[in-house]
Amino acid sequence: MSELTLKELSKKPELFSGGARLCAGCDETVIVRMVMKATRGPTIVTNATGCLEVASTIFPFTAWNLPWIHSAFENTAATASGLEAAVKAMKRKKEGPLAGYPQIDIIGFAGDGGTYDIGFQALSGAIERGHDFTYVLLDNEAYMNTGIQRSGGTPMGAATTTTPAGKVIHGKTETKKPIDDIIIAHGTPYVATLNAAWPLDVVKKTRKAIEVDGPTFLHAIVPCSRGWRYPPEKTIAISRLATQSCVFPLYECKQEKGKPVYELSAPSLAIAKRPETKKPVEAYLEPQGRFRHLFRPERQEELIKAIRESVDLRWQILCERAGA
Amino acid sequence: MTANQKLVGMNGDEASAFATKQVDPDVVAAYPITPQTIIVERYSEYVADGQVGTEFVAVESEHSALSACIGAEATGARAFTATAANGLALMWEMIFIASGLRLPIVMAVANRALSGPINIHNDHSDAMGARDSGWIQIFCENSQEVYDASVEAWRIAEHPEVQLPVMVCFDGFTISHTMENVYVLPDEEVKRFVGKRVFMRTKGHMGETEYRLDPTCPISIGPLDLQDFYFEHKLQEVDAMNEALKAIPKVDDEFSKVTGRPLQYMYPYRMEDAEVAVVGLGSAMGTVREVVDELRTQGKKVGMIKQRIFRPFPEEALLEAIGDVPVLGVMEKAASFGSPGGPLYEDVRTTVYGSGKKTLIADYIHGLGGRDTSPDMIREVFAGLVSIRKKGKVDRPVNFVGVRE
Repeated sequence: MSELTLKELSKKPELFSGGARLCAGCDETVIVRMVMKATRGPTIVTNATGCLEVASTIFPFTAWNLPWIHSAFENTAATASGLEAAVKAMKRKKEGPLAGYPQIDIIGFAGDGGTYDIGFQALSGAIERGHDFTYVLLDNEAYMNTGIQRSGGTPMGAATTTTPAGKVIHGKTETKKPIDDIIIAHGTPYVATLNAAWPLDVVKKTRKAIEVDGPTFLHAIVPCSRGWRYPPEKTIAISRLATQSCVFPLYECKQEKGKPVYELSAPSLAIAKRPETKKPVEAYLEPQGRFRHLFRPERQEELIKAIRESVDLRWQILCERAGA
Repeated sequence: MTANQKLVGMNGDEASAFATKQVDPDVVAAYPITPQTIIVERYSEYVADGQVGTEFVAVESEHSALSACIGAEATGARAFTATAANGLALMWEMIFIASGLRLPIVMAVANRALSGPINIHNDHSDAMGARDSGWIQIFCENSQEVYDASVEAWRIAEHPEVQLPVMVCFDGFTISHTMENVYVLPDEEVKRFVGKRVFMRTKGHMGETEYRLDPTCPISIGPLDLQDFYFEHKLQEVDAMNEALKAIPKVDDEFSKVTGRPLQYMYPYRMEDAEVAVVGLGSAMGTVREVVDELRTQGKKVGMIKQRIFRPFPEEALLEAIGDVPVLGVMEKAASFGSPGGPLYEDVRTTVYGSGKKTLIADYIHGLGGRDTSPDMIREVFAGLVSIRKKGKVDRPVNFVGVRE
């Protein structure tokens, strides 16, 4: 992976070109660009309906300098299954238009709605069947493309247009679905979390995922200026805080002899070693308009405490699993 | 010269699976549903025994089945699936996407009544729900027609001017589970006839290329398509269906030369001097033929037309088959709630009255949920038509046959 340095990567042609119509400060752009930088050769991308699909391809324009297909919202993993099966069959039969390629990698992109909710069944099925593809979850924690509605990936306390901060109910009352645990429980050979604040980590994990045979799952936290309600220039800062507060720890999980083996990535490992460097959860919540009602007009101490405890518990469990 | 053919006993599902085995598509992605299940079972056996090169994807739903076929076909591979009733309904979103993305997938539909209430037996409510979806729809009367259509469908779907998916429809249980004698072609003859997949050309952002996903000359398939271009793309789909109307008889002729079995839009039977006649789709038309023969021996001037292709709707062929028959009954296995009549009835009326013909037409909806359409019921239909002929008018345009009121 010696070519995966910033210097070398800067020379690689952009497979996801600039000028797409994603919002100013959209974190998806950064993640997708880094994922594309990590490709090792001929690749086909499939994309769920959502911000990325809409903003990257308004006909007759496209931001994709590689073969790309979108068909629907809930079927990224199913489409990837078909792509992979076709490539495999053509190679085996030594017949068909893609038979001559020694290797074609398949990458799927979907948002949290397309993964936690409507695309969950297709994802579970494709992983269970063991297709060789890399699934990238772009998690901006709500249905942003339709205007900020709650999904299974929306965290507790967040205000969305379907979980508004009301006088009686203060945003989403349920916790975020533990999607990584669920995917790991499938026996998925490689699962990792991604944060654009550490772009090289994104590239290296993506390359690992692509190189692994079988289904792999990359979960990127993708702050959304519009939906999380913060100024667009703060995207990377907010993203970084997600990991620094252990709301979104960075780690990898491989399967060894049928057991999941967790490993914290450098930014989270540093916190595990020096817990005093962990930022309080409020430092992450307070700059975001979606959590504003937790702090103003009066501080919702109980709700903040519930969020803190939930974050700490999940972090503790992860540290135990990673032996950190 | 026709090819050497073997006579094999098989039911409709097996005929579909066997023909598909001979075609050996790259990907079969399917989910079990009665009465289609035998197709996926047989195909799985072919895969397990190494008789095909196909990658079989045992998906977790019909929605994923068609999604996987869409992904596979977009790479330039051939993909096949099979379904029925609720499975087809679950695919609904992807049905329109498959045709809208112009992917010539072939799908077997063992026609079954839609829920609810749930029922596993035959009618055409499933396929009729997809009649405006941009798929070519072939309806088969027996297992032989299933076999022939399952080979021919690829050539129709992939015809350079067409490039649309095809549904091979056949009646659940009545055809899917009934053992019949079927003439089958040698494998190499099927391979030769089907040939290699052909592609449309498209102007990609990296230059003109074949319409398929290829790293050498990448294109984006399925982009957001708004007010500027969506309408034009839909018009292309309309045009493709019109092209299919021209392409189907050519492929039919070519295939008929191989098999010796004529493939046509319409199969008129004893229509030459008929005073009343019936038009319809699928297996029930075999029973109608028996009744026509019986009534003819009694000196009654009756005839029938079996329609094989429902989409695109072959208007000219229908008008030609109808000829001067003064009274026409439409027999169909689907109700269309709240509309003037069943789906076939409406298309037949539009075709006939659009041509200026004064044929009196009545609709006979029968066999919903697998209720048997007996010769007695068909005699009743003909009696109704004779009475319309005598009166010179249609008192009751839409009739439900064999149902307690």
